[in-house]
Amino acid sequence: MHIDVLEKRWIQISIALMAAFAVLIGVAAFAWGVQVPTLERRVDPARLKDDPIWSNPGVREVVPGKHYEVYMIAKVWQFEPREIQVPVGARVTFYVTSADVQHAFKIVGTSVSMQVLPGYVGKVSYTFQEPGEYSFICTEYCGIGHAAMYGIIKVTESK
Amino acid sequence: MAEMFRLPPSEKKLIVWHLVVGVVAISIGGSLGLFQILNHGGIDWYGLLSKIGIKNYYQGLTLHGVLNAIVWTTYFIMAFLTFNVVYGLKQPLKSTKVNWLGFWVMTLGVVLAAIPILLNQATVLYTFYPPMLAPWFFYLGLALLVVGSWIEGWGLAWTYFAWRKANPGQRSPFIAFASVLTFLLWQLATIGVAAEVLILLLPWSLGLTSGLDVELARTLFWWFGHPLVYFWLLPAYISWYGYLPRQAGGKLFSDTLARLAFWLFLLLSVPVGFHHQYLDPGVPPTWRYIHALLTLSVVVPSMMTLFTVVASLEYAGRKRGGKGLLGWIRALPWGDPSVAAQLLAGLIFVFGGIGGVINASYNVNMILHNTTWVSGHFHLTVGTAVTLTFIGIFYWWAPYLTGKPLPVKLARVQVWLYAIGMAIFSQAMHALGLLGAPRRTPLGNAPYIPPEWQGLLLRELIGGILLVTGGTLFIVIAAYFAFAKPKERVTVEPPVAEALQDPQLTPAWLDTWRPWVVGAVFLVLLAYTPVLLDLIQNMVLVTAPRIPLW
Repeated sequence: MHIDVLEKRWIQISIALMAAFAVLIGVAAFAWGVQVPTLERRVDPARLKDDPIWSNPGVREVVPGKHYEVYMIAKVWQFEPREIQVPVGARVTFYVTSADVQHAFKIVGTSVSMQVLPGYVGKVSYTFQEPGEYSFICTEYCGIGHAAMYGIIKVTESK
Repeated sequence: MAEMFRLPPSEKKLIVWHLVVGVVAISIGGSLGLFQILNHGGIDWYGLLSKIGIKNYYQGLTLHGVLNAIVWTTYFIMAFLTFNVVYGLKQPLKSTKVNWLGFWVMTLGVVLAAIPILLNQATVLYTFYPPMLAPWFFYLGLALLVVGSWIEGWGLAWTYFAWRKANPGQRSPFIAFASVLTFLLWQLATIGVAAEVLILLLPWSLGLTSGLDVELARTLFWWFGHPLVYFWLLPAYISWYGYLPRQAGGKLFSDTLARLAFWLFLLLSVPVGFHHQYLDPGVPPTWRYIHALLTLSVVVPSMMTLFTVVASLEYAGRKRGGKGLLGWIRALPWGDPSVAAQLLAGLIFVFGGIGGVINASYNVNMILHNTTWVSGHFHLTVGTAVTLTFIGIFYWWAPYLTGKPLPVKLARVQVWLYAIGMAIFSQAMHALGLLGAPRRTPLGNAPYIPPEWQGLLLRELIGGILLVTGGTLFIVIAAYFAFAKPKERVTVEPPVAEALQDPQLTPAWLDTWRPWVVGAVFLVLLAYTPVLLDLIQNMVLVTAPRIPLW
């Protein structure tokens, strides 16, 4: 089989480059923790109200100033809660699920982003390094009110 | 030199009708894009559109997606594959009846799916994610569209494999080989969406099942959703490998590597769907990462394509007297709109490809997932690399099919306006996405848009207007071929490229089907079975909301 010398070199470089990318993203994900959202558990979206956690979504303080959990329900066409407050520098773990159709949850200006599916609770953690107001928005089409579906995270100076 | 082969009238009619449906689809679908960019730019014309039945942004967007990305592409591609098989083998179809049947099944499907969309009853976008519920005949229409394309493809495969049987030891002509391979890729890919529609959505919409698991539905959709991209792209590659070198005045640099690249696409482009589900909680992260690795490996045949196509063009440019490191580029026949369209499509695709590698990069994807970056990306790929190449093909094909001369000056303006408009529009979309603007959203009505985004939204509008103008000129040119009666007639020979080296010297293993097809099926099963089994065993049945959603 005849392959031009330059072309052979080009293919080798392409393979090496892609292998390098694969290693880099793999190390970042599995060694440094720059990881995609994961599954917390499955829930019946019709029974969220009967669930002790989901009947009362919102912020839970795990370790004051250090670790917080946020339970968030997405539904047509709002997030519940719509406004939350966490201190700067604390680890915040978001648990997000949907009560009806598919939604998505993205905090603008951060790496936090996940698909929000009825039946599934997604989990992702983030530490806000700067105080201020961050908006979180729905980034999956969910019906006519989709563009207005958003909320605010107030990141305050630590107490 | 290949002797001139006359396309039989029945095959010609079949091809022309595909083009008619495809061009009508993109004319409507493309026009709706104008209202989207106007909305982003702060001008809402949906009140005006509602007078003709398009009641909101999302209904228009559903049409924009379905008509452009599904109907235009599928009809153009089936026409092009049919032509490549017939003209490449210099043999009529085994049975035009089979292919006409496929065409009518497809078209019935399009009509069935279009009715509820036009009535604003299936405003579910072209991903139709459950538990949003559309009328059952929307799903039936989708199923028929897919099954119709299968029937056509089987007709092509039948013709091709009969030729091989009659010509043992002969390398099958590249354009015919690559077209049948493209169909096979489509066959393998559409099994996913067919399963989603026939097993999950259709029974559910008929009330036969009480609910379905949305992650399972998404997984079956994206089994199809990514190779769909290669189903769009490979016909453009067929033109870049199989026609463009001749149009530019040269030859295909390597028949061997062209075939190898196509085999690698067949092998690797299906088991990659999780790269659309990097942020889906229901797919285990390790499996998402495995699909990231497979996605990065599909980059290799694309890089091979880049080399072979550029080398073929350089050979042509130098033959035409181009000197120096880059002088051959200027020496290419840019004045030929068909060539200019494909060169610009290829150039823009370099950026689309780089963006694609970024999207594929697992955790990097978190920054741009579901943002306008993604819409910007696929307007470079399917919107330009594919569609502008198809427009380029149309510029020699329509004169060939109709005998009418191409309005060259108008076509030149069309090509450049489209490419420049797309570049500006898409750059703005990418930049907005990095700031966090969500995709598939009427940004003009979103309450959370910060003032800093306005400049980019305006840039998107300006680029978009140039793009829509370019698109409109294409519709004008297509209408000319359909309706005008010019006195001048032309005879066009399809510019099928020869390879530098006799294809007969290409090794036999690159012209052998079984091991590659078995390998492709095996890889798909390997990449999907464990996750599908897990999803099926743990299904959470979800029902459609009772309130109207749009």
